[in-house]
Amino acid sequence: MSMAAGGAEGQPQVAQLESIALACRRAIVNMVHKAGAGHPGGSLSAIDMLVALYCTRLRIRPHEPDWPDRDRFIMSKGHASPGMYSILAHSGFFDAVELDSFRKLGSICQGHVDSGWTPGVDFSAGSLGMGLSFGIGCALGARLDASKRTVFVMLGDGELQEGQIWEAAMAAVHHELNNVKVFVDRNRIQNDDFVDNQMRMFDVPAKWAAFGWAVREIDGHDMVEVLDSIQWLDSIDTGPAVVIANTVKGKGVSFMEDNPSFHGAAPSDDQLKQAMEELQ
Amino acid sequence: MTTMVASRDGYGDALLQLADDERVVVLEADLGKSTKSCRFREMYPERTFSLGISEQNMMLVAAGLASSGYKPFASTFAIFTERGFEQVRNGIARPKHAVHLCGSHGGLHTGTDGSSAQSIEDLAIYRTLPNMTVMHPCDDISTERLTVLLASSSGPSYMRTARNKRPRIHDEESVAALRIGKGHVLREGSDVALLACGVLVGEAMTAADALSTDGIEVTVVDMHTIKPLDSALVQKLATDCGALVTAEDHSMIGGLGGAVAELLAANCPVPLERVGVNDTFGESGDGDELLDKYGLSSEHIISAARRAIARKA
Repeated sequence: MSMAAGGAEGQPQVAQLESIALACRRAIVNMVHKAGAGHPGGSLSAIDMLVALYCTRLRIRPHEPDWPDRDRFIMSKGHASPGMYSILAHSGFFDAVELDSFRKLGSICQGHVDSGWTPGVDFSAGSLGMGLSFGIGCALGARLDASKRTVFVMLGDGELQEGQIWEAAMAAVHHELNNVKVFVDRNRIQNDDFVDNQMRMFDVPAKWAAFGWAVREIDGHDMVEVLDSIQWLDSIDTGPAVVIANTVKGKGVSFMEDNPSFHGAAPSDDQLKQAMEELQ
Repeated sequence: MTTMVASRDGYGDALLQLADDERVVVLEADLGKSTKSCRFREMYPERTFSLGISEQNMMLVAAGLASSGYKPFASTFAIFTERGFEQVRNGIARPKHAVHLCGSHGGLHTGTDGSSAQSIEDLAIYRTLPNMTVMHPCDDISTERLTVLLASSSGPSYMRTARNKRPRIHDEESVAALRIGKGHVLREGSDVALLACGVLVGEAMTAADALSTDGIEVTVVDMHTIKPLDSALVQKLATDCGALVTAEDHSMIGGLGGAVAELLAANCPVPLERVGVNDTFGESGDGDELLDKYGLSSEHIISAARRAIARKA
């Protein structure tokens, strides 16, 4: 039975996951508003995948965040930190009250995700293009340990413009790493503008396939498709696999959706009010 | 009898010595035959990872292994480590992953490959990174010993080795006394102290012999660790000798000379003469010819020592 169809035993139902994602979306917008800065767009595009992974798949121990044999989740697009903090707080890595301190001096919720500051963050990001390489190192370590732990990596589509991504894409296939699973959050917007105006990526699935990866494309906001894609990722045992998730930047907040201005900007007080009304 | 050795051989020997620790892993970017990590690869292929000609990727793969409890030793040419500098900064030094980076073929003495291969800024740039240990040993057996010691350290490191053979400086006894972060006094004299690293330690010893025949007695220190700088020793020598000379096959800007100048200016200003590459790139040539042409040979150290002594109050 597919988890997505009815929910495996002890697993949240699709409706529950959607409800958690909605609560995370509210937390994301609140965090960025309170900080007066941050990256709501790429957090809102990624959050459905984060909820699915953290609530149904990752073998982690929120009360033992450094458990050596945990699955790894590497948020390579480190500016999606509000999204990460919202799901980590929901998962019990820390109290949700910490979210109020996002970007403030001394906060465990740093501007970009940082393993040195936040329980549950496996990778210190903030400079794009590095997370997949780090994931390969974690995957090689798991293999040396003869552990079945899995390494999940989330990349942005603008981030794919970094050359290091393709160095890593080669290496994962060369080393036959079947314990590396990637989500590309293809929200089609980067810092300055639409990806198509900055550096066209053309056929992204074909690029990964050409490097030797197993590839699947999904709607990254359809929880059933997201859950199915996680099962598909787990089913690939010959090498690395990537899900290209077509998403909408700013998903769930009308004035942020598909709007390059909200890659890295905080909503006004009025906009916050409107967003909260929309995220009910 | 002088034995001619290349410090990069010590790196390869150290990896073999460390191999009993199953957490030690080796990463290469298509230059293992040059950096000498190939020796580990031959014996332990299952713990040696080829990343191809992809230095940026190698830095973060090493970080991922370190975060998983392994002790990664990654090497390439010194100059090519710099291609991954931001990766070292953000992916290794900042989260304090104990990745040990070795850059071989450092300095003008690398020789005929020419200026593109002669890193003269590696020590300076890595020294600016918090958490990093930065080293440049002078011969094979000291490189071997210090590399073995690095395996027990909890933070990241950068070690520069050299391509070409030079006279061995250390012996079994002196190597056993080496400690990361502590300069090793090779010769004592009170007129001036010569602080050198890498291939210029040998030049400094030659200079010391020549100066001694003129009645000038100098201290020579193997400053194999640039960071953390042995500030206690430098300040003591500043007091005891009253003048210092630094010597390195590296830019005068920011390396050993820069580090010593910073320390002296803040704590105990005494005359300092820096022997190093004077803000210029190198060229092809024999290593020793290049040391002569660019002002790094023993003759230049002798002149620098005389200048430093003349400046003493």
